[in-house]
Amino acid sequence: MHPSIRRRLFLQLSVVAAILSLAFFLVLRSVAERAAEGTQDDILAASATAIADSLRSENAAVTLDLPYSALSMLGTVSEDRVFYRVAVDGRTLTGYNDLPDPPRLGRPGEAAFHTHDYRGEEVRMVAVTRRVGSLNNTAQAVITVAQTRQGLAAISQRITATATAVGTGFFLLATALSLFAAGSALRPIDRLTGAVTRRGPKDLRPVTAKAPTELVPLVDALNSFMARLRASLLRTEDFIAEAAHRVRTPLATVRAQAEVTHRKLNKPEHKQAIREMIRAIDESSRSAGQMLDHAMVTFRTDSLAREDVELRQLVTETCDRLSPTAGLKDIALQRDLPPDDLHMKADKILLQAALLNILDNAIKYSPEDSDITVSLTREDALTLSVADQGRGFADMDLDRLMNRYERGANVHDVVGSGLGLTIAQDVARAHGGTLSIATNDGGSGACVSLILPL
Amino acid sequence: MRLAYLAALITWMPLAAPAFEVEEQLRYSAPDERSVLRVISTADRAAFEPIIEAFQRSSPSVTVEYTITGTTDLMQAIGTDGAVFDLAISSAMDLQTKLANDGFARSYAGADLDGLPEWASWRDQVFAFTQEPAVLVISTADFPPGSAPQTRDDLIAILRADPERFRGRVGTYDIRRSGFGYLMATQDSRNSGAFWRLMEVMGRLETKLYCCSGAMIQDVAEGELALAYNVLGSYARAQAAQIDGFEIVEFDDFVNVMLRTALIPSTAQNEVDARRFIDFLIAFRNRPDLVDASGLPAISTNALQTNSALRPIRFGPGLLVFLDQLRRSNFLRNWESSVVQN
Repeated sequence: MHPSIRRRLFLQLSVVAAILSLAFFLVLRSVAERAAEGTQDDILAASATAIADSLRSENAAVTLDLPYSALSMLGTVSEDRVFYRVAVDGRTLTGYNDLPDPPRLGRPGEAAFHTHDYRGEEVRMVAVTRRVGSLNNTAQAVITVAQTRQGLAAISQRITATATAVGTGFFLLATALSLFAAGSALRPIDRLTGAVTRRGPKDLRPVTAKAPTELVPLVDALNSFMARLRASLLRTEDFIAEAAHRVRTPLATVRAQAEVTHRKLNKPEHKQAIREMIRAIDESSRSAGQMLDHAMVTFRTDSLAREDVELRQLVTETCDRLSPTAGLKDIALQRDLPPDDLHMKADKILLQAALLNILDNAIKYSPEDSDITVSLTREDALTLSVADQGRGFADMDLDRLMNRYERGANVHDVVGSGLGLTIAQDVARAHGGTLSIATNDGGSGACVSLILPL
Repeated sequence: MRLAYLAALITWMPLAAPAFEVEEQLRYSAPDERSVLRVISTADRAAFEPIIEAFQRSSPSVTVEYTITGTTDLMQAIGTDGAVFDLAISSAMDLQTKLANDGFARSYAGADLDGLPEWASWRDQVFAFTQEPAVLVISTADFPPGSAPQTRDDLIAILRADPERFRGRVGTYDIRRSGFGYLMATQDSRNSGAFWRLMEVMGRLETKLYCCSGAMIQDVAEGELALAYNVLGSYARAQAAQIDGFEIVEFDDFVNVMLRTALIPSTAQNEVDARRFIDFLIAFRNRPDLVDASGLPAISTNALQTNSALRPIRFGPGLLVFLDQLRRSNFLRNWESSVVQN
């Protein structure tokens, strides 16, 4: 099975959401961290500038009063350690003597930043250069201010936590939305599926449910397919009816003519020939009927009708219909029916065909002047049994008998198509039941039962 | 209550004499000694003994070696000499800040700072446990009740109005010798322009310079001095319980509040007990009995709310400014030219 569209859609949207969330997280973090670093750099630069501004020349020497704010401002944001150094012409004027020189200096007035390890910790350093002194006696002062980055690390941690939370939230929201989007995108398909599956077995009308543009070709194809199917089914139905008519009617005519001829003939060998002919015609008629029944059963089981059927009446009608045939062999059709009506939902034509074929078989294999009993019982299931006094099924494989065109081993003297029991079984299966066949106790006669669930 | 084992207290001398100057060394032996906590401190024995005893009651297996020294010597011991101590307790918060800033302190991130004001600790390295204001001490003989100056401007006006009465009878710290005096003077100069005017006026009145609060309070109480400026309030209050003749004035414009702090030096060998002692000191404010016994005012946000003039000195790199060599020499030069005019 191919993966479902819903899942594919959802997975793809989720992957997109995940990528976007990750990108969002990275951008948010990098922007915020750069902003935090920028803040530290700004304060460092302001501090160094404040120190530079306080430089002055006194008695031809450079001196300064370290401004209180220059260092205190560094303590406002975090509790980081602070180091500074003021060097004039390379000699430390004040501050931390061992604070390293900046690797490069910016132009005067410009702050140069770099990161360095100092006293076992990473520090962010700024260096500002300033020329001090009178015109003919200037010196270059380099002011270096450094601060550890623990506050920055803490901020970075907070930012990462926030960015993670926001990114995760974004992802979850986007995933939920993509789930919703996948569902909403597939709703027309569900609707269409519902519209098609809800139809009855014989409903081959075109699908009229509103379909989105993308599904219109599919619906059109489906409708065209159903139209062809309907036409084909109608043709088949017509063909079956037509064929039954076209085969039976001429055969009946031929048989009638043969009987007339039989009566007119005197020579026994001629009479014998004609009898053979009549027998063959009967067999052909029966076989054609059975084949058509079989085709009809196959056709109808695909679209089983479930109508209200009264079984006592059905049994009575069918027996009445076969009474003349049975009468020819002096066979009595005994009916063992319950006193009350028995209703069930079933396809009446199919049930009738099944019973007709079972009875027909029973008549065919019964000896002259015998009884056939049709009984109808209702216990856990409905059982419609036909018991005869014929030769039974001997001891052959009973399952195989129900295969198409399969005939008993002991019936070579009787003409038959081998379709009767197959038809009965198909009908039983179409109704969710089974066909049970057995040889009567004592080896005389067979019992065929149609067992249908209630 | 004094535990019996403290009778074993002896004056204890180390084998090697350190380069920094030691005022007194004490050993509080635990009867069941399992570890030794070496404390270097600027607080004198009378103030700190009750605290050590109380600590030993909660940690009876810790012997405490208590070395008393000055603020500058403590700085030298930890910052320069690399002397081995587990705990450094000092009233010079600027020097303590510098020790922490320069990497001579260990972090104690697990300290229970709950309820401790945010300004009372720094970097998880410096922990304050007292707040001690700098006050004006006046002689009751010279200032009848109700005539005490309430602001620095008041004081300047009073001194200017009657120079003959105050000549030679005004005292303050010699900030060249006293770390506390220097810290208070620099904070004064930062807070108010009145400070330099006051120094000028005091200089003209031939102000006497002192090393310590005790002597100043003594002289005021005896009537030798009419007033002493920037006296350590906790000492003044402790003295007030014993001697008469002086009164303590907290100014209305602002009162600098110094914080006594503890830190774990990077040379510490017994960090576990040092941390325990820091926790004990942080909880000091919840022990009124110890506050009374030691005479050290505990951290209290209530006091700050009652008197809005109280300004605890803030930790941070700002405290390094007046420790700058150039800034310090310039400040002292200015101070000398104002106060030491002769």
